[in-house]
Amino acid sequence: MTTATDMAEAQVEMPLQREPGVERRLLRRTLKPLIGTPVNAVVTLACLWILWLAVKGAWGWLVTRAVTEGGAQACKVGHGACWPFYEAKLRFMIFGVYPYDEHWRVLLAMVLFLGAMAVTMIPRFWSRRLIALWAVTIVATAVLIGGGVRGLPHVPTTQWSGLPLSFLLSAVGLALGFPLGLVLALARSSKLPAIRVIAIVFIEVIRGVPLISILFMASVMLPLFMPSGITVDKLLRAQIAIIIFAAAYIAEAVRGGLQAIPRGQHEAASAMGLHYWQAMRLVVLPQALKIAIPPLVNISIGFFQDTTLVTIIGLLDFLSTVRTAMTDPNWVGIAVLEGYVFAAFVFLVFSYGMGAYSRFLERRLRLGHD
Amino acid sequence: MRAEAMSGTSLLYNLRFRAILYQVIAVAGIVLLGLYLFSNVSQKLAEQNIATGFGYLSREAGFVISQTLIDYKPTDTYGRAILAGIVNTVWVSAWSVVLATVIGLFVGIARLSRNPLLAFLAFLYVEALRNVPLLLYLFLWYALIVTGLPGVREAWEVMPHVFLSNSGLTVPSLVWSGAHTTVLLALVLGGILAVVFHRRATAERIRTGQARTMWPWIALAVLLPPALALLIAQPDLAVDLPEKGRFRLTGGAQLRPEFTALLVGLALSASAGIAEIVRSGILSVRKGQWEAARALGLRDGSTMRLVVLPQALRVIIPPLTSSYLSLFKNSSLAIAIGYPDLVMVSNTTMNQTGQAIEGIAIFMLVYLGLSIMISVFMNWYNSRVALKER
Repeated sequence: MTTATDMAEAQVEMPLQREPGVERRLLRRTLKPLIGTPVNAVVTLACLWILWLAVKGAWGWLVTRAVTEGGAQACKVGHGACWPFYEAKLRFMIFGVYPYDEHWRVLLAMVLFLGAMAVTMIPRFWSRRLIALWAVTIVATAVLIGGGVRGLPHVPTTQWSGLPLSFLLSAVGLALGFPLGLVLALARSSKLPAIRVIAIVFIEVIRGVPLISILFMASVMLPLFMPSGITVDKLLRAQIAIIIFAAAYIAEAVRGGLQAIPRGQHEAASAMGLHYWQAMRLVVLPQALKIAIPPLVNISIGFFQDTTLVTIIGLLDFLSTVRTAMTDPNWVGIAVLEGYVFAAFVFLVFSYGMGAYSRFLERRLRLGHD
Repeated sequence: MRAEAMSGTSLLYNLRFRAILYQVIAVAGIVLLGLYLFSNVSQKLAEQNIATGFGYLSREAGFVISQTLIDYKPTDTYGRAILAGIVNTVWVSAWSVVLATVIGLFVGIARLSRNPLLAFLAFLYVEALRNVPLLLYLFLWYALIVTGLPGVREAWEVMPHVFLSNSGLTVPSLVWSGAHTTVLLALVLGGILAVVFHRRATAERIRTGQARTMWPWIALAVLLPPALALLIAQPDLAVDLPEKGRFRLTGGAQLRPEFTALLVGLALSASAGIAEIVRSGILSVRKGQWEAARALGLRDGSTMRLVVLPQALRVIIPPLTSSYLSLFKNSSLAIAIGYPDLVMVSNTTMNQTGQAIEGIAIFMLVYLGLSIMISVFMNWYNSRVALKER
């Protein structure tokens, strides 16, 4: 068992072992993984150096070298973060071209939506009442954003933009993609060959091509497929593409759950006299979906990030409004990093939060099984 | 009368009849939908006077592609332009896969390091890359290259004849000739020889139970063919050195900022995912395996290579396949920063010819075909490392 590294470790520890004491032992336990062997000591030093460079760079850019006063000209001279840019452009970056005086409506809608999300994420509130909560939330956000009732001025979809649009595209995409994905997953594991082949072809084609090509299809080809005289809103076209794309990935996650359910469950259900749909609804799906929850949360995180691709087909999502703010004639060439840093921070907060939730859920579900 | 009604209902309750009925309804529905869409399309195309068919592929393209691997000039055909786009897509994806795998492997092992500081740094790396959209990083890297580096006239000479500027990295390049190709082929041949030799020697060792020193022979197998080729073909060692002129850099090979930003963006984003895959793969091998290997007297390196890695690979390969596939598909984001990949070239073609359906069909088919090829290859590799059960 005594290898060369163990020997080296023993040699390094020698001076510490001479005077045993509580503090000494504690010190040793902390230091051993850091400077236990010569190689480890070098690695530790290198890590400290990298951390020091990163912290120094970030602190210098954000605080000591930051330009806090003045306008674009002051930022042009300075080399740090340009706070006046944030002051001038923050609302545009978040709300985009939505009418300035109506910003409170989208803000309220976002608060409602995030509140409903927060409630949904707490396992204690998992019940049928959540469906009612979401029905109310969806109607309320739709009325708030679209307007046109009770004196709220109507806001056309061409002005829906910024962070709310990113939330909308991913939330609606997942919410409507889920039932479609469920049907596709059931079809793919069906015993009827024609139905299975249709589902396989649909899922594999969608998963085999990039999202951008489906977005292109929706923005360029869909108008050609519609009968003459019917035009589909640009936002709706992108939304349809995202729903279809989400459905294919959700279908695979659900199928993973379905495959984990032993045959005995199906057989027991039909022995009880349940027909296919009853067996699925009452016996198989409740178990399969529980298994599929962690991958489904991961898909949701991915989709929140993937909605940024609508920038390429010209929709004003969050990333797009941030870029528009950066190319404003007053700020172009000055705030090169500021916008991206802000957008990255927002994405990091939401995605990391969702990821942490997914890990919590996985732990909880595992506990439930054992 | 009564019997007739009975058979009618019983037919509806016959499981086989119902199965066929459902399938006929599904297929008929899809066929009808297809016909409906097709009639709409033909009507629209006729109204808008848009040509159909793939005839345009042999017409002159007339647009410039900023960087190509194969020869392409604006007088070439649309078909050749699209081919240049496909080659560009494959080129950037292949390099990104290599880079992402290497970085991901190191970061994944670092995540499991006993040194808490190193593990923490690796954790920060993974989370920072996984939680921010790739498109944002692409824009960011591109902006950093274009605005952070000096212009061509003030190009920064990192090493003699290596220039870094906002139009990319310029390095000296070999003047390629047939002789160089010969040497390269000889090198590949040497590699194949070495693999064959190693296999033979291993089989021999297993059969006789006697290990012989093999490395000098393997080294010889690798080095001899290229050495012979060097002697026989005698390639020119002419190097094209980049020089800083008054307005631009001349000579040498150039790594364009679009390519660099895309390569770095794709590789870093994928490396974070690969790091997590590697980590979970190594964690899936039980501690007892390490202990048993040590009890047999294997050193740490041999334990990793002979005991842990073969078992970890079984867990690693399937998710690794999907992360390679998504890297390949994500290379389509090239259009956002102006790297002329398949999507960008197709987009230009569609704008010029107006034939959107054909253009989109081509690039979807190419992506689909290449995706299937990647997964077939990875499945083949997976079946090689998979658990052989008796």
